[in-house]
Amino acid sequence: MSEKRMLFTKDHEWVLVEGTIARIGITEYAQNELGDVVFVDLPTVGDTVEEGEGFAVVESVKAVSDVYAPVGGTVVKVNEELESSPELINESPFDQGWIAEIEIAEGTQLDDLMNAEEYKAFIKEA
Amino acid sequence: MKQTPLTKVHRALGAKMVDFHGFEMPVQYTSVIEEHLTVRRAVGLFDLCHMGEFELEGPGALGALSRLTTNDPALLGEGDIQYTILTKEDGGIIDDILVYRTATGFFLVVNAANAEKDFAWISKHLPSDAVLTNRTDDLALIAVQGPKSLPVVEQVLNLSLGDMGSYTFLDTTYKGNWLRVSRTGYTGEDGFELYLPNAGAEELWQSLMAAGEPYGIAPIGLGARDTLRLEMRMPLYGNDIDGTTTPLEAGLGRFVKFDKGDFIGRSALLAQKQVGVSRRLIGFVLLDRGIPRQGYPILNEAGEEVGHVTSGTLSPSLNKPIGTGYVPVDLAAPGTTVYVGIRGKRLKAEIIKGRFLK
Repeated sequence: MSEKRMLFTKDHEWVLVEGTIARIGITEYAQNELGDVVFVDLPTVGDTVEEGEGFAVVESVKAVSDVYAPVGGTVVKVNEELESSPELINESPFDQGWIAEIEIAEGTQLDDLMNAEEYKAFIKEA
Repeated sequence: MKQTPLTKVHRALGAKMVDFHGFEMPVQYTSVIEEHLTVRRAVGLFDLCHMGEFELEGPGALGALSRLTTNDPALLGEGDIQYTILTKEDGGIIDDILVYRTATGFFLVVNAANAEKDFAWISKHLPSDAVLTNRTDDLALIAVQGPKSLPVVEQVLNLSLGDMGSYTFLDTTYKGNWLRVSRTGYTGEDGFELYLPNAGAEELWQSLMAAGEPYGIAPIGLGARDTLRLEMRMPLYGNDIDGTTTPLEAGLGRFVKFDKGDFIGRSALLAQKQVGVSRRLIGFVLLDRGIPRQGYPILNEAGEEVGHVTSGTLSPSLNKPIGTGYVPVDLAAPGTTVYVGIRGKRLKAEIIKGRFLK
């Protein structure tokens, strides 16, 4: 698990940065709030996304939830497993339930994101 | 937010609680899909204490009820229950309700969200020899639904209920207090709805949970209540029917008895019947990947918006995206292809006949 190296948003996305690539998913807290995930609307490889833009959609039986891009850039990979097994987001949100990878746009700052400890404190308040 | 006599029980069970029309209600305990399948395969318990209950009594009760509703309450013998609809003069739906014929008059069960509105509407249209009493705040309602409901309810109430017909009820006592057993529900499965004074609700809930344990009973939240009713095409007020839709458009014509005499909305509905409805509530299965949701546009082959989705979900029993919505009559035939607009995409759907779950 690389949760310790992950960065987090207030909208409950996680980001794992390796070089210029950011892998993105939703957190344990988010999947639990959402309930059974039954559909994931993935972005298309090659899409350009702005930081804060809704770039994927995760749906439970009851709710539709946007996934906001924690960083801007170009989508270079999506987790196609989620098309047939959306429940991976519930079962393994930080690992097998990853959603997409973005090639981070040049000059992107990651300063606004929380580290694991800060995020833990943040969801405690929520 | 209002609480029910069972709110504490739900919290102790770890339910996710939501504000449902002013009531703090459980939307799910573990998982909507698991709870849904529990009701289809075994038995589930629902807190429905938020529902509205009225008593209508007096010499003028029958006549008044017949004028207020589309179905015919004169068809009811004591112990019978009828699904019926309150309509406005223009035929628009005020609420869909259940009417119980009691020894002394009628017992009405109305949607929680409409209880105040219904009470005011009915009161306004009563003659001086009919009395309406609001029992909503005194009465609890627990539903037991699923193929294993019968042995659970029989054991707890110490009654033999196998011969009880669908849409009938009887009054009994439980722990010394009045309890009404009704063979009704909103899931399409066999089941019972139990009315009793608030004070006994928690004890009854716990007894049902204990008696149901060998059958795999589980508490069921509002999330699964919605998917269960939708698979059976039971309409939901506020989604599939409301003041802008008529019973004829919603496919509820069999509950409209034109021959019983005059009722509020009769002339408008009769005119609509003679001309023919211009749109109809249909059920569809989405063939492309996605989930239809209330408010999404329904499009024709040319891409023009012709209606909208009124209910939609992923069917837990079928594992398919299903929905309902209003479309023009020329697109309403089973087998017709329509499209649902989801986030700018046009997804293919096929209109189906009847229930999603056969």
